[in-house]
Amino acid sequence: MRRSAAPLLVLLLLATFLALPQFLPRFHTYVAAIVLLTALLATSLNLAIGYTGLYQFGHAVFYGIGAYGTALTLTRSGMPAPVAFLVGPLAAAALSLAMGLICIRLSKLYFGMLQISLGSLVWAVVYRWYSFTGGDDGIHGIPLPDAIASPKGSYYFTFAVTALCVFAMYRIVRSPFGKVIQGIRDNPVRAAAIGVDVRLHQLASLVIAGFFGGVAGSLFVVVENSVFPDMMFWTFSLEVLIMCLLGGMYTFFGPLVGASVIVLLRVFASVHTQYWGLILGTTLTLVIIFLPDGVLGLFVRRSLPKEDPGA
Amino acid sequence: MDSAANLFSTGTLSQILVGLSRTTILFIVSSGMSLILGVLRIPNVAHGSLYMIGAFAAWSVIQLLGGGLFGFLAAMLVAPMIVAAVGFVLERGFFSYLYEREHLMLLLLTFSFALILGDLVKIVWGPEYRSVTVPAFFQGSAEIFGLPLPWYNLFLLVIGPCIAVFLWLVINRTNLGKIARAAAVDGEMVGAVGINTGWIFAFTFVLGSFLAGLGGALIAPMVNISLGMDHSLIMETFLIVIIGGLGNMWGALLGSLIFGLTQSLGILVWPQFGIAFPYLAVVAVLVVRPRGLLRSTW
Repeated sequence: MRRSAAPLLVLLLLATFLALPQFLPRFHTYVAAIVLLTALLATSLNLAIGYTGLYQFGHAVFYGIGAYGTALTLTRSGMPAPVAFLVGPLAAAALSLAMGLICIRLSKLYFGMLQISLGSLVWAVVYRWYSFTGGDDGIHGIPLPDAIASPKGSYYFTFAVTALCVFAMYRIVRSPFGKVIQGIRDNPVRAAAIGVDVRLHQLASLVIAGFFGGVAGSLFVVVENSVFPDMMFWTFSLEVLIMCLLGGMYTFFGPLVGASVIVLLRVFASVHTQYWGLILGTTLTLVIIFLPDGVLGLFVRRSLPKEDPGA
Repeated sequence: MDSAANLFSTGTLSQILVGLSRTTILFIVSSGMSLILGVLRIPNVAHGSLYMIGAFAAWSVIQLLGGGLFGFLAAMLVAPMIVAAVGFVLERGFFSYLYEREHLMLLLLTFSFALILGDLVKIVWGPEYRSVTVPAFFQGSAEIFGLPLPWYNLFLLVIGPCIAVFLWLVINRTNLGKIARAAAVDGEMVGAVGINTGWIFAFTFVLGSFLAGLGGALIAPMVNISLGMDHSLIMETFLIVIIGGLGNMWGALLGSLIFGLTQSLGILVWPQFGIAFPYLAVVAVLVVRPRGLLRSTW
């Protein structure tokens, strides 16, 4: 019964998001766009951490590089905008490959700790390279093509790209490649024993995750019209990880839910208090203690006790 | 290319001495982290926050007791003890219930406490910068090989090895240390022979927190004490324990040396991106030895 309900739910969700800007005020349209691209970011991280089992602790770096790649191409080169929207994600994928090659030889926690530290090197370079990246000021007033410059235009662009990318990732995890990386997550030794090139698949998954993280970063440029180094700071990397955990790491749509909750919480918290860290930290502590499988994970387990929640 | 020529000048030597005193701070903080990683297997992201609390607490103690030598030394002792108390509460109150969980959960839990502690520091001490002046006793400079080196840096250079020896004695020559080392290898077995591993873990965490607080208190006179001082330090500490070998005390010392020296020399070579050199050194080390320079307890 739930199987037949799922496509309907997705259609309903798509229709809702499509209709949102028609009756939402400008600020809320902007928030909705941020929710969408953050959801894309969290889903891309989940590809690496939830589906491949790699401790991707520095994911915000790829988001940031995607944004900077797009922003710098738009402001500094005469290239047309579509090229800029490719440069960002490709730069993120390339960085993901480079960092992956360094980190992949290390196991679990070592991998994560090294990646988050290397990510903070990238942050430090962006933060200090005033002449190129604008340093800690970032880049503001990025020129966008007219079609996506208006709030509604940028929203629909973000919506379309997010939907497309999430669908692509959905297909990826359902593909034979997706099955292989889940096999590696569950038992790398066994996967290697049946002839899977574990490293290669892990690297591929990292590059794909980095690419889609970069796409989310490019969308940020469209919505926010500016970039700044803090979007790739390591605390944000872990915040995205929290989104995955909150929604449910071993479900496909969990990170979407988690991202929406965290972004909305942040928007409303910032109106009332300056202690965002206190709120996020407390939320996270409660989730870890009481909801280790995340909101969706709990739901899936309750409603479908026999089905493998990772499928 | 005059920067390359500088490498062999007297500037280099004084830069090395400055780098070494920074190494002391890095070592004290990262040895605490290494201890916690080795025995409790917690990648403690809140370690940086404990360091920050140490610096703020040192400021408060000095405000209370005056900036003389007595007040200063008291701060160096009381501030780490305050931090150790915070560590005790964290370990007994929260972390001890979750040791069975995956590392990912533990890391995120410690991150959530890093966020909470960061905001608590903001509530208690406010968002302004604080600064501590070196007491008169440590002001002025010594002459080392004809180069002026501030007395305070020299003091740090003496403290570092003292801490290393102290830790070595605690870990290798006391019963508590021996049990902690055994627990690092096989906690379950240690429990099976009738030792209360819970208290061993608590002791280790408190000692590690004390070291973080001591690092924060010692660096207080050298920097602006500010919110966010934990953020960059924690990444450096992570890298140090990785290249040293997770949980290896001497690895933490070696890693701190590599980190502190490449950083201070890197700034000499390329001021804008001097910060990148330690990272390059780390990548170079890990390409050759993926599991760190010294044997990891993991």
